[in-house]
Amino acid sequence: MPNRRIFIDKISQGWMIASLATILLLPVIIGLALYMKANPLLEQQSLSTLLFSSEWLPSQGKFGFWPFIAGSLYVTLLAFIFAAPVCLFAAIHLTQFASKKLIRWMYPVIDILAGLPSVIYGVWGILVIVHFISDILAPFFNTSSSGYSILAGGIVLTVMCIPYMLNMLIEVFNTVPIGLKEASLSLGSSYWESVKHVVVRKSFPGIISAFGLGIAKAFGETIAVMMVVGNQVKVSGNPFDAGYPLPALIANNYGEMLSIPMYDSALMFAAFLLLVIILSINLIFRYLIHKTTRK
Amino acid sequence: MFTDVEMCEKPDVVSTPYGSTSILRIRNLNVFTEDHHILKDINLDIPKNKITVLLGPSGCGKTTLLKCMNKLTDLYQELKVSGNIFIDEDDVLHSNSNIPAIRQKMGLLSQRPYPLPMSIFKNVAYGIKLQGVKNKSLIAETVERNLREVGLWEEVKDRLHSPGASLSIGQQQRLCLARGLAVKPWIILADEPTSALDPISSKIIEDLFRNLKQKYTIILVTHILRQAVRLADHVVFMNFGEIIEQGKPMELFKNPSTKQLKEYLVDGN
Repeated sequence: MPNRRIFIDKISQGWMIASLATILLLPVIIGLALYMKANPLLEQQSLSTLLFSSEWLPSQGKFGFWPFIAGSLYVTLLAFIFAAPVCLFAAIHLTQFASKKLIRWMYPVIDILAGLPSVIYGVWGILVIVHFISDILAPFFNTSSSGYSILAGGIVLTVMCIPYMLNMLIEVFNTVPIGLKEASLSLGSSYWESVKHVVVRKSFPGIISAFGLGIAKAFGETIAVMMVVGNQVKVSGNPFDAGYPLPALIANNYGEMLSIPMYDSALMFAAFLLLVIILSINLIFRYLIHKTTRK
Repeated sequence: MFTDVEMCEKPDVVSTPYGSTSILRIRNLNVFTEDHHILKDINLDIPKNKITVLLGPSGCGKTTLLKCMNKLTDLYQELKVSGNIFIDEDDVLHSNSNIPAIRQKMGLLSQRPYPLPMSIFKNVAYGIKLQGVKNKSLIAETVERNLREVGLWEEVKDRLHSPGASLSIGQQQRLCLARGLAVKPWIILADEPTSALDPISSKIIEDLFRNLKQKYTIILVTHILRQAVRLADHVVFMNFGEIIEQGKPMELFKNPSTKQLKEYLVDGN
């Protein structure tokens, strides 16, 4: 029955297109909704004031988002600096040098770490990291800190990022064909030279992509960071000081103090900003992947 | 990894029926996985400056034998290797410290080409740079000489800095050959090097092999009977991990003494 088959063919194609369109439209719809909600604030104040002013006095109508943007960037940067090399070398060891037994043993560990709820990392941060910073690390650097700090946020975020990044990097390194390693070894390279010149180089776009996804995930992470970062509105270069990342601002305040004029809009703007920054991070890394793949 | 192996006495120098000495001597080579005996008591002498063809059906252990020769079996944790493989005075399987130098004596050409993730020029320069050569003009000269030797120079001289992977698959295979020759190997280990290539590229590789045997010893793994007939000076027929028969191709193919080779020849023709 050809007609019936053509009909089914058309229906199924329609379904697929509809599903794809929903997925593609979702971020656009979310972005638009946030933008519209934030619009009253944007009409009232200039974008540069909102982005780069450090004055956060909602009751006086002053909304400077710089402390939150800076806090987010700082925490994410610390997490990236700690996590990236650790994950890279661990993944290289696991895929290139370790015994298969160790790899089999590592996978469930990584899965468990990745599956732990964010709040558990937060509690662990408060119980261990915050105390470690206030009692040991800060005195070691001749400074004082309550422990609730950018550094605590960065460390907790590092631990949360590691399973994601590690998992992706292991996948990336596993895709390097063994024939390439054989070729390199046959030309007289040592094991490490093969890894450095061939495996890592071949995996470069994948490594960048793993880092990019890790950073994007870290940037949006909310609960665990919020629990240890101190949540004080200030801009400071000192990692022992408290900070206040964007996601924490939204999570802490939405639903409260909405009687203040424009506060609702301001929080929506924060959410919109978060979306734009994460989108930008993704685009930057896409570009880097594209650049390195062509080489 | 090879704890179950006792060191063997000094290699015995064996002359082959071809009037040349053997360049590679394999003694009592056994390879196991956990539940499989892949190579069984292999004893083999590879004649110098000849093309030795390892012939046999798929899965008979030819490739594993080839990978033992330059100890690439290290990459496969599941393989347990015992026995001795001598090249010159060195025992390949028991030389952990100078294994990169030993591997450089044996260029590898695999089933499908694996250009390193770098430019054409750097692919060929890779091995000599590892040897510590830093002189740029010497490197450039070596690259050109070896690309000429495989007939690739005219095709790539204007795009030496494009990625190796941008070449056609036949060109890639010749690039891999050039890169192997650049480190001045004694032996070329070729593992079904034409299996991924079109007939014209395959013919180029075969012609190259005929020329290269003046300077190098070639060990060619193949399951293509006709290729063996076209190229071989010495044929080693393998089946189920054992050497069944070996000898000069015409004698072997005309008067096979074992049933297994007879069957293989009948099926192959």
